[in-house]
Amino acid sequence: MALVKNGELVNDPFRDVTGADTIPPDGAVLVSLEQWQDHCHSLQRRPDPVGVLLESDQHPEIIADDLDQIAVVALAFPTFRDGRAYSYARLLRERYGFTGELRAVGDVLLEQLHYMQRCGFDAFQLDGEDPARDFAIAQSDFSVWYQPASDGRLSALRLRHRRV
Amino acid sequence: MYRYDEFDHRLVNERVAQFRRQVARRLDGELTEDQFKPLRLMNGLYLQLHAYMLRVNVPYGVLSTRQLRKLAMIARRYDRDYGHFTTRQNIQYNWVSLEDTPDILAALAEVEMTAMQSSGNCVRNITADQYAGRAADELEDPRVWCELIRQYSLLNPEFAYLPRKFKIAVTGSPNDRAAVAVHDIGLRMHHDDNGRAGFEVLVGGGQGRTPVIGRTIRDWIEPEHILSYIEAILRVYNLYGRRDNIYKARIKILVNALGIDKFRELVETEWAALRGGELTIPEEEIERIERYFAPPAWETLFDQGEAMRAQAAAEPEFGAWLEANTAAHKAPGYMIVNLSLKATGHEPGDLDADRMDRVADLADRFSLGELRVSHRQNLVFADVRQQDALELWRALRELGLATPNIGKLTDMIACPGLDYCALANARSIPVAQDISRHFTAVDKLHAIGDLTINISGCMNACGHHHVGNIGILGVDKQGQEFFQLTLGGASDQHAALGDRLGRALPQAEVPAAIERIVDCYLDLRAADETFLDTYRRVGIKPFKAAVYDDTAEVRRVA
Ligand code: SF4
Repeated sequence: MALVKNGELVNDPFRDVTGADTIPPDGAVLVSLEQWQDHCHSLQRRPDPVGVLLESDQHPEIIADDLDQIAVVALAFPTFRDGRAYSYARLLRERYGFTGELRAVGDVLLEQLHYMQRCGFDAFQLDGEDPARDFAIAQSDFSVWYQPASDGRLSALRLRHRRV
Repeated sequence: MYRYDEFDHRLVNERVAQFRRQVARRLDGELTEDQFKPLRLMNGLYLQLHAYMLRVNVPYGVLSTRQLRKLAMIARRYDRDYGHFTTRQNIQYNWVSLEDTPDILAALAEVEMTAMQSSGNCVRNITADQYAGRAADELEDPRVWCELIRQYSLLNPEFAYLPRKFKIAVTGSPNDRAAVAVHDIGLRMHHDDNGRAGFEVLVGGGQGRTPVIGRTIRDWIEPEHILSYIEAILRVYNLYGRRDNIYKARIKILVNALGIDKFRELVETEWAALRGGELTIPEEEIERIERYFAPPAWETLFDQGEAMRAQAAAEPEFGAWLEANTAAHKAPGYMIVNLSLKATGHEPGDLDADRMDRVADLADRFSLGELRVSHRQNLVFADVRQQDALELWRALRELGLATPNIGKLTDMIACPGLDYCALANARSIPVAQDISRHFTAVDKLHAIGDLTINISGCMNACGHHHVGNIGILGVDKQGQEFFQLTLGGASDQHAALGDRLGRALPQAEVPAAIERIVDCYLDLRAADETFLDTYRRVGIKPFKAAVYDDTAEVRRVA
């Protein structure tokens, strides 16, 4: 597993403790929703950043009020066919105003990266031999879009009627 | 019709290049069939019983002759010389090879066509009244809105992995020819007291294993908000639709589970947040699209009704065709003409490449270079001068496309069935052929009047059997093909699901059973009742008796 963020292969500073019994006292950690809810106070007091992983049946509205305390929201794709997280991502960006890292984890395939990115994801946990290359391929497929989404790209409709 | 601008062209070409890469990765073994499957499905490529099948979109059923000639070329070069028009107003090729598909898509792109999202769990081709923009009874041209929704839904990043496929249909006429009540979203256009257009939105209709007539979620919405309202529905569905069982994943199941009121509440709450945002359609975009669908420069003509009646009297066959296969046009002196793809013994909806070319020539000559595909799997010339009717009829008759049966018993819808489809229980096409051979007498068909027969090869209901006045469903009985009949279905503004008639019949008995049903109707009908009127008045009992009374089964029931 590698992490591609903003198009580059990066080291993941977050330790995934979602399955662990205890949360280590320091360092950046990625916790589950249950851990976040159970240890909200101690987690918020930590000097190091905290990320929260939401499963695909956990609506981000649950953490909407905590978002300024959360550095990373990771949204799970248990299978690439489960498309709920595309909507969660847009809601996080457009409705709840989340500006931190939005990470796609799970069954994340090259062919979905473009859609994910349009919905507001900026980090992707990827398999494969050359994840950065996959990301670049997915980015170069399209140069025109019909819909407004979370990435701020102008839709074809806006470009058509743009006044010069 | 709509023409691509630079943006549309670029997007489609980029999509073709992307698919070419995906196919190459598959052929190299870089992608497994499992990984490739959703990618090819997003581009309308299915693996059928014997070969790949490619489904090409005909957006809301509108085709130019240039496009039809390209479809003929593809049939010739990449398939077995024919194509099959579907109930989604699309065309399918049944015998393509994987290696060829990128080239086929590139050829389609040249004439502004695609196979994007013609399958997969996403928003499919938007369908509409095949008489859009021309019908005398129309309030608004639905094609403008279909085109806006088409663009909105294509490669929509949020809704590429919905729980299940999603179908939208639009009608601009109070006489619903687009079957909007059996779509995931059905849009009906109305006028308010000031003559301003708006939409009534139906949701949760569908066929398949659990047929449901859609319900009105909102009785009025201004047109500029239609995309944001659709987005609200899609988002609620994407978030809450079931994903654990594909047979329970359509939006109709969600609407039924929550109840329409709760579902409406969720959608309205979502819409309250979206309303007035980026998806509000600017006036100038509506006008831009409207310009593409502006009425053509019709000649100033006088109504030729009387002259045509005289011709019909002299040539009764022409008269029968005129009565059955034409419809009223907005402009005086013009008419709408249906080309029947349901000749006796013919496979419903099939057309060979040579006739595609000939039809294109005729559409150039007689109908301003454009034609339509109807959801009942026929073709339509929408702008024919009444003075040309006789000549056009002769030309169509020569091509075998003038069978006078539109809306009649032999104008059957049939899915591909066991001849092509991996899911089928039974062969739909031979049943349709048997029935059409059984009812060849034009005067009998004429006497029976409007009556739809829809045939599906399994409960997935691609042949719309639930909403046929007579529905025929292929079932499997210990490895034998049997057919279950239903009566009373309808897909128009009074949409209804058919009622089960009784035990399923073997194929050989189906035509005779249809005949008994029809004779029973002819016996019972009052004045000018249609089959459906009579059925709704007298109920299923007499029909049951007519079909089963000489068998042990019904004696037991009675
Ligand atoms: S109804 Fe069944 S047999 Fe017919 S095309 Fe659909 S899935 Fe195949």
